Amino acid sequence: MKTFVPVENGDTLQAVRGVLRRILESGQVEALMVPLRTPAGTVMPALVTDPALLDQADPLAPVYPVNAARALGWMTQREPRGRIGAVMRSCEMRAMIELVKLKQACVDCITLISVDCAGTYDVPVYLDAVAQPDNLLWPLLFDDPLASGSNGGPALRDACQMCERPVYDEAQVVVQLLGHDLAKGFSVVLPDEMAGALNWAPASDADGRRAMVDKLVAQRTARRDAVLCETRDKLNSGRPGEGLQTLFAACIRCHNCMTACPICYCKTCLFKGPVFDHDPIQYMTWAKRKGALRLPSDTMLFHLTRLNHMALSCIGCGACTSVCPVDIPVGRVFRAVGGNVQSVFDYVPGFNPQELLPLVAFQAEEWQEVGE
Amino acid sequence: MSENGFEPKIVAFLCNWCTYVGADLAGTSRIQYPPNVRVIRLMCSGAVDQVYVLKALLDGADGVLIGGCHPGDCHYLEGNYKARRRVVALEDILKTTGLEPERVWLRWISASEGQRFAETVTEFTAKLKAMGPSPMRQDWAV
Repeated sequence: MKTFVPVENGDTLQAVRGVLRRILESGQVEALMVPLRTPAGTVMPALVTDPALLDQADPLAPVYPVNAARALGWMTQREPRGRIGAVMRSCEMRAMIELVKLKQACVDCITLISVDCAGTYDVPVYLDAVAQPDNLLWPLLFDDPLASGSNGGPALRDACQMCERPVYDEAQVVVQLLGHDLAKGFSVVLPDEMAGALNWAPASDADGRRAMVDKLVAQRTARRDAVLCETRDKLNSGRPGEGLQTLFAACIRCHNCMTACPICYCKTCLFKGPVFDHDPIQYMTWAKRKGALRLPSDTMLFHLTRLNHMALSCIGCGACTSVCPVDIPVGRVFRAVGGNVQSVFDYVPGFNPQELLPLVAFQAEEWQEVGE
Repeated sequence: MSENGFEPKIVAFLCNWCTYVGADLAGTSRIQYPPNVRVIRLMCSGAVDQVYVLKALLDGADGVLIGGCHPGDCHYLEGNYKARRRVVALEDILKTTGLEPERVWLRWISASEGQRFAETVTEFTAKLKAMGPSPMRQDWAV
């Protein structure tokens, strides 16, 4: 059912908090995972059980500190305790669904509450902007999402500029913000029984959201296609491997991309252990054969292995790019590679938790030319 | 020796139940094939993680051969189907990243196909000689 939530005194954030508070107080969920404001001025996801603390909730803040799906996964494994309402963006929702398929999360005890996203900023950019008095950023973004970056505001994160899935209508509860005059109100779609329990009345289905989402998706898809085409050209330039090496040449092997990736989960990752601490003779042999050896060794192997292990499930949140200290466009490479390999398996990550991962969904009668 | 003196190095990951025995049969049958292949035995082609293939390629192997049981014959029932999907994905990723998928071969060779193993190695060696050495072999930054 769809309901309309009016905004009083132009305070949209307070109205969104009101919706969340109603959901928590009604006992529909035992806790809400929602971004709370921190003393630093940014937000971090928190598991909230006290409705009074929702005064600090800020799910509208267009900033991307972490992909919350990872943390949500921890709370849903083994013996989950009570139903959690997870307030997240589309990319976090899709990461969560991939984690379910990877058996690192479960959605049975989760009520997914998606909030429309007009794009986000990296933490330092966001902090700079909100240091100015009364600068909230999101009213400008939602007022005209198509103009973001070109209307005097700072540039969105690279991944957001080419995000073709700003909304996630597959969630149980959808807070619909795009295409609404947020000073007046917004819509919430939720299951009928929940709406009944909360005493929310149905509203007319007609608003400008679909049209706005379509325009936004078209604009960002065009940008995505241009960027990924350029990235694929870069990967394929020069002798074999030269393009990839050039793109990752500045890598300092901090492994931030791996840590920030919401779906790169292996606790026994071979790059976290001593597997590639080779014997001294090995380094010397390589150095003699090649004339020199880049250190730390195995950097290309690190990125290629991650591409092979993760690109099929890459949902394009761009957390990897955001955390790279040397500005490597990691997320672009993952999307360029992931887009191709996902289409080989006709696979779209992030939607149906019952769907099998491509590498698991093998059939006897397929690719019969391979291996012959 | 080939004309330019280049002898390719092939790292072969062979499944314990079929291809490794096939390679053994090629040997005991005294079938001649190029000495360019270095065999690593695994229990199943489904146990070949992409990282094994990548490590070999980036460390200068000119080719990687993965050998498994014919579809339907896997000792573990479906390991080779997993290997097949993994290789399909790997080849596509190598292609997009500007590397050479032609340097990775997946072949089904049964325990009785010593001849087929020898032919596969002969054919792969000739192909790699034509392709030339892997550019990774001399690249200090890899």
